[in-house]
Amino acid sequence: MMPDEPPDRNNQLAVTDKLARLRRFTPARIALGRAGSGQLTATGLRFMLDHARARDAVHAALDFDTIGQSLRERDWSVVHVQSTAADRAEYLRRPDLGRRLSPAGRLAIDGQQRGSDVAIVAADGLSASAIEINLLPLVDQLRRLLLAQGLTMGPLVLVGQGRVAVGDEIGELLGAKLAVVLIGERPGLSAADSLGAYITWRPRVGMMDSSRNCISNIRPAGLSPEDAAAQIVGVVELAFKHATTGVRLNDLRGTEAISAVGPRE
Amino acid sequence: MCYHTTINGTRWTFHDLKTLLAKASPARSGDVLAGVAAQSAIERVAAQMALADLPLKTFLNIDLVPYEEDEVSRLIHDSHDLTAFEPVSHLTVGGFREWLLDTRTTTSHLAALAPGLTPEMAAAVSKIMRAQDLIVVAAKCSVITAFRNTIGLAGRLSTRLQPNHPTDDSRGIAASLLDGLLFGVGDAVIGVNPATDSLQDYVRIVSLLDNVRERLEVPTQTCCLGHVTTAIQAINLGAPVDLVFQSIAGSEKANRGFGISLSLLAEANDAALSLARGTVGRNVMYFETGQGSALSADAHFGIDQQTMEARAYAIARRFKPLLVNTVVGFIGPEYLYNGKEITRAGLEDHFCGKLLGVPMGCDVCYTNHAEADQDDMDALLTLLTAAGVTFVIAVPGADDVMLNYQSLAFHDILYVRQTLGRRCAPEFEDWLQRTGLADVDGRLLEKAASGAIGPAIALIETMEA
Repeated sequence: MMPDEPPDRNNQLAVTDKLARLRRFTPARIALGRAGSGQLTATGLRFMLDHARARDAVHAALDFDTIGQSLRERDWSVVHVQSTAADRAEYLRRPDLGRRLSPAGRLAIDGQQRGSDVAIVAADGLSASAIEINLLPLVDQLRRLLLAQGLTMGPLVLVGQGRVAVGDEIGELLGAKLAVVLIGERPGLSAADSLGAYITWRPRVGMMDSSRNCISNIRPAGLSPEDAAAQIVGVVELAFKHATTGVRLNDLRGTEAISAVGPRE
Repeated sequence: MCYHTTINGTRWTFHDLKTLLAKASPARSGDVLAGVAAQSAIERVAAQMALADLPLKTFLNIDLVPYEEDEVSRLIHDSHDLTAFEPVSHLTVGGFREWLLDTRTTTSHLAALAPGLTPEMAAAVSKIMRAQDLIVVAAKCSVITAFRNTIGLAGRLSTRLQPNHPTDDSRGIAASLLDGLLFGVGDAVIGVNPATDSLQDYVRIVSLLDNVRERLEVPTQTCCLGHVTTAIQAINLGAPVDLVFQSIAGSEKANRGFGISLSLLAEANDAALSLARGTVGRNVMYFETGQGSALSADAHFGIDQQTMEARAYAIARRFKPLLVNTVVGFIGPEYLYNGKEITRAGLEDHFCGKLLGVPMGCDVCYTNHAEADQDDMDALLTLLTAAGVTFVIAVPGADDVMLNYQSLAFHDILYVRQTLGRRCAPEFEDWLQRTGLADVDGRLLEKAASGAIGPAIALIETMEA
């Protein structure tokens, strides 16, 4: 700051203070103040920290052994499989490989009992922490609500390096009427632990994303796992009633409460 | 038709035009994903050499996507201006590059040439141009558009203010909007990406933006970036729609994935024009594009993603838009893996758009699963501004809290104005001076902001959510 400019400096602080009153209306980074044209040091470093968290969430490996163990302790039947993407670098570059099961994965699922109503699939996706934090409370509540509807469930399938569409192949192999895929969403700066739920009627390989419904932003500080379970089961109920999901289900309902998935996964 | 080149006795063959273009493309993940990229660095250069020797005329005889099957191909072919093409009709792609770089080729030559170029010609020459070539030629292009202010004048850089909110809360949108205006951002457009695509929310958002714009008397235009069908419905309901927005891509099939066609865009354009809301001009459309969008819809026909992207600009120029921007780093690392690929693509998209006569801007941005960071964005912003980019997008603190990606911060706009001396649209600059937000040189004045801010905050606090 130039020595002859203190009045402007003070005014800038006054502007920031007044604008700060508007922070209660938005999580956006408003009223940051500035140093010349740049950001204040603390603000800039805070941004770097949030980006670092998001980057680490993308690259962290999900501890499948621990999560599988916890699920089995809660009486879940668990199958752990991999997609055909070998590692994270390949997963990021080749979404097509994350959509298909490895040969060993196909074999493991082929050995399971077929013909349940709902296949539940949990994939690391782009955030391991989303699964670590949200999966257990979500699936426990989901099981309660689905059973109350009289719906049967197959084993819970855990997928490493999985994309949403891997649930199509799993659901098809299990002969399920509907698949619920729970997957770590692309981390944002404000939340790196957000889970998405994708619901697909009559899952089979090669389905369009427009044939799914999505419930997003499932995390403790967003849509709580328990509330998300209720919303998922609400969509599942409708899907069974109308025998469809995605854009067609939305058209039948004429509502915005559930959103279909756009072309950009 | 095969294309060949021989390097040290080894003959390289490319069995059709789209293969030649794809293999000549600078490396990027999306072309690898599509299985069309060069298999080695030498194969890429071999393709670039064969492409450089290709007569530019070739592109007039071969439609990459069949004319009969694709309305974008028909548009490109049927709207081509042979007279405008004449000055470069004898050149090869390599010769065309040198013609573009020649200092005797001026702004007026390039403007006259634009209707004579097809997107494939622009894409082809870009593939054998370095970053500095893309910058120096784009900087010679001039595309001027207008609505409530004038965009694209020499020495200017406009900005879209993007005050998104995760649930479209009116006060939240207005808070980010005010934050941006105080940075002098928003002369290209104040444009919100809605969280839902409901008609009700669309009407509420455009009404909110129009209300704030009128109360503060800002000479700019506003936009809700919902689907074009929603915009048409809103116009029919009498909503204050300045600009109609739509995402577009380079093939009929890809556009069908977006739920649009050329006739639907024409209908929307007519609807927006019928409102006659522009005061200094009648450019009423706003388009977004991005490399990889055709591939993600499985609608790329084995063509590389940069050529498909350029084809989208043929659609854009048909409708004389106020603004077009590539969302270059938004679509993800499976298409553009890292900062280097994003940077190259941003410069290519801007160059091709400008060469074809489109008012080309860029969302300088990245997602958290791409290998990129703020340093990459600083570099791309600086390069694009040197290239004369029409506009860039900015959000509070670079963090888009609705779309969950990083665009530019309002601060970054101040940085590039200070460093490279670009000013905003003249009408908007007058407003900044009139309200006391900026001095006669366009520099922001803190003192004035603190006085002007009270009533605006009071306005927001009395709004409904």
